[in-house]
Amino acid sequence: MKRRSWFLNLSATAGFIFLYAPIVALIVYSFNKSKLVTVWGGWSLKWYTELFNNEQIIEAAWLSVKIAFISASLAVVLGTLAGYAMSRFGPFRGKMILSGWVTAPLVMPEVITGLSLLLLFVAMERIFGWPSGRGTGTIIIAHTTFCMAYVAVIVQARLSSMDESLEEAAMDLGARPSSLFFLVTLPLIAPAIISGWLLSFTLSLDDLVIASFVSGPGNSTLPMVIFSKVRLGVTPEVNALATLMILIVAVGVIAAMYQMRRQARLLERLDNN
Amino acid sequence: MTSSQNIETSLSSNTATDSVPAWKQEGAEPFLRIENLTKKFGEFTAVDNISLDIYKNELFCLLGGSGSGKSTLLRMLAGFETPTSGRIIIDGTDMSGIQPWKRPVNMMFQSYALFPHLSVADNVAFGLKREGVGRAEVKQRVAQMLDMVQLGHLGKRKPHQLSGGQRQRVALARSLIKRPKLLLLDEPLGALDKKLREETQFELVNIQEELGVTFVVVTHDQEEAMTLATRIGVMNHGVIVQTDEPHDVYEYPNSRFVARFIGSVNLFAGFVVQDEPDAVHIESAEAGTTIVKHHGISCAPGQEVSVAVRPEKISISYERPTDADNILEGEIEDIAYMGSLSVFRVRLNSGKEVRVTQPNFDRHVGDRFTWNDKVFLSWKSDSTVVLTS
Amino acid sequence: MSILKGSAWIGDESQIGVKRPFFSRIRWGKLAVISMPMFWLGLFFFVPFLVVFKISLAETAIAVPPYTSLLEWNLEEAYLNLKINLGNYFYLVEDTFYLDAYLNSIKIAAISTLITLIVAFPIAYLIARSEGSVRGLLLAAVILPFWTSFLLRVYAWMGFLKKNGIVNDMLLGMGVIDQPLQMLQTDFAVYVGIVYTYLPFMVLPLYSALEKMDMTLLEAAEDLGARPVTGFCLVTLPLALPGIIAGCLLVFIPAVGEFVIPALLGGSDTLMIGRVLWDEFFLNRDWPMASAVAIVMLIVLVLPIMLIRNTQGKEAAS
Repeated sequence: MKRRSWFLNLSATAGFIFLYAPIVALIVYSFNKSKLVTVWGGWSLKWYTELFNNEQIIEAAWLSVKIAFISASLAVVLGTLAGYAMSRFGPFRGKMILSGWVTAPLVMPEVITGLSLLLLFVAMERIFGWPSGRGTGTIIIAHTTFCMAYVAVIVQARLSSMDESLEEAAMDLGARPSSLFFLVTLPLIAPAIISGWLLSFTLSLDDLVIASFVSGPGNSTLPMVIFSKVRLGVTPEVNALATLMILIVAVGVIAAMYQMRRQARLLERLDNN
Repeated sequence: MTSSQNIETSLSSNTATDSVPAWKQEGAEPFLRIENLTKKFGEFTAVDNISLDIYKNELFCLLGGSGSGKSTLLRMLAGFETPTSGRIIIDGTDMSGIQPWKRPVNMMFQSYALFPHLSVADNVAFGLKREGVGRAEVKQRVAQMLDMVQLGHLGKRKPHQLSGGQRQRVALARSLIKRPKLLLLDEPLGALDKKLREETQFELVNIQEELGVTFVVVTHDQEEAMTLATRIGVMNHGVIVQTDEPHDVYEYPNSRFVARFIGSVNLFAGFVVQDEPDAVHIESAEAGTTIVKHHGISCAPGQEVSVAVRPEKISISYERPTDADNILEGEIEDIAYMGSLSVFRVRLNSGKEVRVTQPNFDRHVGDRFTWNDKVFLSWKSDSTVVLTS
Repeated sequence: MSILKGSAWIGDESQIGVKRPFFSRIRWGKLAVISMPMFWLGLFFFVPFLVVFKISLAETAIAVPPYTSLLEWNLEEAYLNLKINLGNYFYLVEDTFYLDAYLNSIKIAAISTLITLIVAFPIAYLIARSEGSVRGLLLAAVILPFWTSFLLRVYAWMGFLKKNGIVNDMLLGMGVIDQPLQMLQTDFAVYVGIVYTYLPFMVLPLYSALEKMDMTLLEAAEDLGARPVTGFCLVTLPLALPGIIAGCLLVFIPAVGEFVIPALLGGSDTLMIGRVLWDEFFLNRDWPMASAVAIVMLIVLVLPIMLIRNTQGKEAAS
């Protein structure tokens, strides 16, 4: 490997240290006994106990998970429809508008999305009386709106890389468009839909700005609670929370990788037979 | 009744010369009739007013380069493209407005388009299940079909666990299982390597004869078309230039395009100097002589024509042959030894280059001629093809 | 070519000469598929901008909601009063505070995009050049932080950069400095935060561009007399260009409108437009002014970005 010069190795290593040092520090300090965040006072799990006794955080976390689950599921349905329409219906009236609307949320600053949705909800409440007040429902609507854009883009990319003759073959063999979609298209874009769902779930779980605009009193999501705590400075409880979230994600990613590798090995074995 | 019997006998034995094929009979009923079919994509005309009759049990090859419109024509037959104008009639039924999933037609795709998420058996069963065929019958017919393509043992595999040749068979089995009246094949052998392709060609013909399905094959490979087809339609720029049996397309091309497209050919430009009842004399500056073609060609004196001669029809010799009708003089410029035959590039005195191939029927034939030798090229009158377009 | 396009059954408007029933079942199905996302996005994405535009023309008021309405409809005296207030826009132009905030956002986003590119390139290059399983591992290592909370990753830097934080401790311990540095609540911290959080967005497109590159091209360049540095500039960089552009857009676009990073890591003088809008709305409760800031931001920042992305996409397609 003569191409890997010392310079490349050094700078890439520095890059990875940059990427992981803050996370490692965060994890280590979550086990710090000392109340002073910067002074090491020995190992302890006391911040984890405090975290689990903090009802505000637990409630907010539960709310965030609920919102993320519903938003991701709605976003997957709407985003898949939009992605399918854009890549499989050829030219139709309003296609330009639809594709503009689908991709615009990707470049829209969160503050604008949040503000505009809030003002819409306020105006709608004045005119139609719905939604009366803001809360979980309005957050779900807002999250679905920006998450469906990501799903639509992922699904569209998958569809356009897919051999269209697969769908033609299904039609040729007697499948009508509706059964064609469920028998052939859907199973084939399932990986894209799953990753779209996971991405939507993460984005929704992670969103602070939009939720701050469109939530009502008493409907604080987890990022909103964290933000208000963190604004006042570093708190050991948040360290503990962050460690737990990183752990969950790491386990998820490693499990996914393991699963993929297992499948690959399974295929290899089948091929050798 | 007699006419249909005729068709069957003519097709069950490809070499049969005693029976007349359907396309040569007056008033034979075509199975697939294409009438003035045109397809435009915006300004571009992909298929330009094509009319064509294909008969039952034929294996018809549409041969053309990329962009010749052959695939568009096939896709219109399958129903994936709507004709801009014209009609397609299959077995007496007008196909206009009939959706792809309702046509009595199946297609084998160039990419095979096997469903990657379904097993081989489920791929093959797909069409039957859509028809609502009972479970037991589906199982039995799938097994039968897989046995026919010699894949009975691989039913449980997924497509990506198969070799290219096996995938091709699955695609064939899947497209045949609904017993279509007409099977469309888009470059069926294109993805196979050369050796496998030769084996599969014959297998495909056997299956077609066994099942008695009418095949329309699209290909860009002239060899493939020659071995497979009962008739070939040569396409260029959205038009069928010539429709004939393989032998006739090769030996009697009707235009410079077809002559050049199929096999290699030497073309000499010239004009008719003498038009006798049993012979035509064509003076060609390029050939440096007057070329004679016996038997009737209808053309007027003074008309500009091209003379086409296949390289393998030309003999090469040091002495001036005495029995040949057409003799040219030149100098060997290049020799390519290709094992079974040798290719010579001979420069005529006029500057025109002529390609000649000679079979190496004995080991030292190729050694006889060498660079810069003065040689005579000759061919018989009936190897001459006179092209007016 | 799209499969459902041009087939007889889809009801394609571009087809001439073939008449088919307008209200066919397939037509309805297609209409339903298109109209559901279309309706949702129209109502919850497009209409909100009209509302924002309308409110940006109102005046702030002590009311619920805190703005005046544009139309006054007086039934008794039968007049309709339309009152449009352009004051917010005039104020935006007059007060250099807003202009500064726009320009500063662009400056900060641009500089941090450049730094991200420089940090990401060696990582992407190393991944693209490593073998199978190592490659997968490194790639996962880059993506993993992206799946963890954005807010918490920014928060991690607060503990790192503050006065008695780890970086200062280390520098003091090594004797590089004898006074703790003020790093948190500076522009520096904002740059670090942006580079850190958006690094994966830069690495991935760079990686996919570099991965496609044929290494023999570099050998060919060297064979033809190019020194490694020349080879890098004349071969690697041009071939990685699509990845560079894609990565830069992916970093620059969210960075311009960023709120969380300047709010947590930046000082009170770190002006960024996203933060200005937030403060206008939440602290000053001036909804019309916040709306005007949003409209200008949309026109000055978002529309050009969308146009650039569009042309990028078209070039990539052709």
